[in-house]
Amino acid sequence: MTSESLRNVWTIAKRELVGYFNSPVAYVFIVIFLLLNGFFTFMLGSYFQRGEANLNAFLMWHPWLYLFLVPAAGMRLWSEERRVGTLELLLTMPISAWQAIIGKFLACWLFLGLALFLTFPVVLTTTYLGDPDLGAIATGYLGSFLLAGAYLAVTVMTSAMTRNQVIAFILSVVICFFLILAGWEPVTDLLVRWAPDWLVSTVAAFSVMPHFTQFQRGVVDLRDLVFFGSVIAFCLFSTSVVLRGLRAA
Amino acid sequence: MITVENLVKDFGPKRAVNRVSFTVQRGEILGFLGPNGAGKSTTMRMITGFIPPTEGRVSVGGHDVNEDPIPAKRLMGYLPESAPCYSDMTVHGFLSFAAEMRGLHGSAREDAIRRVVGLCFLENVLHQSVDTLSKGYRHRTCLAQAIIHDPEVLVLDEPTDGLDPNQKHEIRQLLKRFGQNKAIIFSTHILEEVDAVCTKAIIIDRGQVVAHGTPAELRARHELAGTVTIRIQGAAAESVRTRLAGLGTAGKVTLSTAEGSVLARVYPRDKFVNGDLARAIAEVAAKEGWRFDDLRTEEGRLDDVFRTITQPDTTRRAA
Repeated sequence: MTSESLRNVWTIAKRELVGYFNSPVAYVFIVIFLLLNGFFTFMLGSYFQRGEANLNAFLMWHPWLYLFLVPAAGMRLWSEERRVGTLELLLTMPISAWQAIIGKFLACWLFLGLALFLTFPVVLTTTYLGDPDLGAIATGYLGSFLLAGAYLAVTVMTSAMTRNQVIAFILSVVICFFLILAGWEPVTDLLVRWAPDWLVSTVAAFSVMPHFTQFQRGVVDLRDLVFFGSVIAFCLFSTSVVLRGLRAA
Repeated sequence: MITVENLVKDFGPKRAVNRVSFTVQRGEILGFLGPNGAGKSTTMRMITGFIPPTEGRVSVGGHDVNEDPIPAKRLMGYLPESAPCYSDMTVHGFLSFAAEMRGLHGSAREDAIRRVVGLCFLENVLHQSVDTLSKGYRHRTCLAQAIIHDPEVLVLDEPTDGLDPNQKHEIRQLLKRFGQNKAIIFSTHILEEVDAVCTKAIIIDRGQVVAHGTPAELRARHELAGTVTIRIQGAAAESVRTRLAGLGTAGKVTLSTAEGSVLARVYPRDKFVNGDLARAIAEVAAKEGWRFDDLRTEEGRLDDVFRTITQPDTTRRAA
């Protein structure tokens, strides 16, 4: 990438971020995200009763929390542009569609990263109460951030498919839900009875859960990074295909 | 600056734009006319590279819009039909974004914003959210983003839509001023605008160009274009007819009488709109001692021409 295209990506990302913070969306999102995190961690996750100096009671909820919150944060990215007609403005400016896709994705990812960063009191609490493995905490956060990125990429894709935010939201929740459940036994059992082994293992391989738990344990495996990276790359590529199809139709 | 060759766009089985070709040079303002759904916006979207054509090509400043889009888009400013703006930004924020997308940063950006805010009369709303703007302001905000980089080519889809008469006038003045050193295409429903602003006009109907020329040439297609009417008090109708029909430049003469005056309409022999026929008639009137209180040459009305060469939606449905 040349410096000019980086600059374009940043201009688009900045616009999206300003958009988030100019509307109540950002504040509502962050407050809800933090409240739910607290509730899940301390009430449902029985953080104190566990007596463990780690973030498992906190991180284990993230796949479920993100399932609804990430699509909510990202559903407007393209569908709003399509609904209002600003897509025409954006795509007739001297930029490539790629720069717009990446700019928008990064803006929302950074925003989710900020929300995630604001959960730092959990880390402070844990270090105050015990002597946790800070490396595992760092990789846990990294895993959570990558998970959010994967969900977000799915949302970016569904958002480009429709001008209706509600449809974009529901589609991405369904796809992300599949990404959670793909490796879960009741789901694989459903397939085992009739599908060949390779299909079962292929479907199971789409699950985000085993990759995410690796990070929680403090393991950064290249395969897990590649997994999240390829989900993101595939979805963003699909977005570019959807946008091209939209214009050619 | 803009060359459009054999442009075709199909939406499924429907052909929205059918073999449209034209060129616009620097210093020309092309008015794009046509009924709703004639293919004006689709053509403009292909020119600006928003949608690819099914066939044909568009080049802007020598760059093919589809093969080499970025340099072509850099030369263009575009106001889409509904004047869309990012509603979650302030006017200043929106214009800064547009400026940065066009490669203007820092003080160059602020200068550009100041310039277009002045040109589009946005001073009062500069720090207001786009959300809260009236239609006229929103329209001008979108126009401002189109001209923020002082482009050589302007493509404006109904630039005066939704403005009040004063604002319409200002925008027309602006277009005229820009037209001196830019290539401009704009679409409109308002035919007086064509007369006021354009150097060339195209009428498009059901995807096809049905007329192409200067506004005067289009007006000359009117059936009454070039006819001269004269109203004479207290003269004998038959002698008026014989005298007028005897003129070398005159063709058919029609007469009507009302309240003691004779209204004569003289068709020119050759369909030219110039002063010759009127001058000849005035000389005859002076020689005969006719007391006339009205003498004028009909220039032809664009809206009649428009109506005769395009089909309204209503008849199209029956066809």
